[in-house]
Amino acid sequence: MPHPSLRLALMLAGLLLASACQRETRRFRESPPAATSETAVAMSELQPGPKARDLPVVNPYEKNAYAVAEGERLFGAYNCTGCHSHGGGGIGPALMDDEWIYGSDPENIFSTIVEGRPNGMPSFRGKIPNYQVWQLVAYVRSMSGLLAKDVAPARDDHMVMAPEPQRTQVKEPIHAFTPAAAEHP
Amino acid sequence: MPDWLQSVLQPAGPQAERVHALWNFMLAVSVIVYVVVVGVLLLATFRPRHSEAELAEGAPGERGVTRLVSLATAVTVLTLFAFLLFDFSTGRALTSSVKPAVSIEVTGHQWWWEATYYHDIPNKRVTTANEIHIPVGRPVLLRLNSQDVIHSFWAPDLNGKRDLIPGKESSLWLEADTPGVYRGQCAEFCGYQHAKMAFLIVADRPADFQRWYAAQADTAKTPTDSLTSRGLEVFLTSPCVMCHTIHGTPAGATLGPDLTHVASRRYIGAGALPNTRGNLAGWILDAQGIKPGAHMPPNSLSPADLQALLAYLGTLK
Repeated sequence: MPHPSLRLALMLAGLLLASACQRETRRFRESPPAATSETAVAMSELQPGPKARDLPVVNPYEKNAYAVAEGERLFGAYNCTGCHSHGGGGIGPALMDDEWIYGSDPENIFSTIVEGRPNGMPSFRGKIPNYQVWQLVAYVRSMSGLLAKDVAPARDDHMVMAPEPQRTQVKEPIHAFTPAAAEHP
Repeated sequence: MPDWLQSVLQPAGPQAERVHALWNFMLAVSVIVYVVVVGVLLLATFRPRHSEAELAEGAPGERGVTRLVSLATAVTVLTLFAFLLFDFSTGRALTSSVKPAVSIEVTGHQWWWEATYYHDIPNKRVTTANEIHIPVGRPVLLRLNSQDVIHSFWAPDLNGKRDLIPGKESSLWLEADTPGVYRGQCAEFCGYQHAKMAFLIVADRPADFQRWYAAQADTAKTPTDSLTSRGLEVFLTSPCVMCHTIHGTPAGATLGPDLTHVASRRYIGAGALPNTRGNLAGWILDAQGIKPGAHMPPNSLSPADLQALLAYLGTLK
């Protein structure tokens, strides 16, 4: 029987090994069906049959640093920067602030990219493979600090115009107080 | 690419011949030095030892030993200087001050090569990938650039290596003596698929080169039948159009190789596979299975759409 402290150390080492490090996994080979673009969000409240709750949508890349970096590359490659600049906006709305016209959840951003939105956001349906859209979603969310701190890149490859993604804070709404009229009695 | 092997020892142009001459000189001198050193070593091993008295200061033989050591040092220094001079003169001979017959901009990407031939008339500019045609017997100047990381352009049959540094143009002169196909390879580790970053240099007779250039400068053939028309539609409505260019169609993205004349090329995926219909189908559906990490995504196309797309791409001679 080994010494108790050695046993403890071995157990701890085993625990460390058992906790898989999703952050650094590089999945190159997505199966071709994963490339199909389809909406993740229903456009109507109505359903046939009894009302069922939607399954929660999970972005498979939310916890993966490589996917976020790929998202950043694709953000430039597919010319998102043409309208949104590098998050600051221009022709299109800024993505690094806390204002989300169509929601900040991954599935909202996914359908914004795939379906397009009125007044300028083009629909990329069929043009960007599904998994790349999810990578873009992860990157877009990282711009306003909505990703876990340990997933977003700790440094930027470009000139720093904003805090590094890892240090980006979730922004407090500007109008933090509740208007008196909206308060319940 | 088993059809074309690359070799430093079969020079096919004046630059490569200079490199080969330097290589031969260094090999010959090194062999002589090696034989002499080993010979002296053996001599020292087997001859009887000097006595203490013979090695004492002022002994009759001592002056001779000093002379011998001085001579060996002098010969070593002279040999190294000879190497240096030969090396300098070779390096000078590899560049040229004449006006190049063809000037090609070669850009390294992870993991493929882009070659752009500039022309006085802008719409005669030609962009191709992984297959660089040059005229035989004419000096060709390559202007080398990189988009991402450091690569190295190495076609050993024609010249030595030259690094491609992002943001800093370097240049390399090539000249091929005989028509043929010469293989080249990225020679600076540049990431996951560095090994599958090959290219071909095709040396054509000047008339053939002109014909090739005229064909490449042309826009893509407009599809004539319903199958290839459908193929073009598939191309324009699928992820292909996000990264590739086909001149003469609305597809104009510059992330991936220019496909205007993709069917005229011998290989796909920077030397990964011969350019056959089946290989191209595999590449389109699941490039990550062939070249993991490359930026080509998997595509799910219906069988009919895939066949139409392949038929269309096959017409892009």
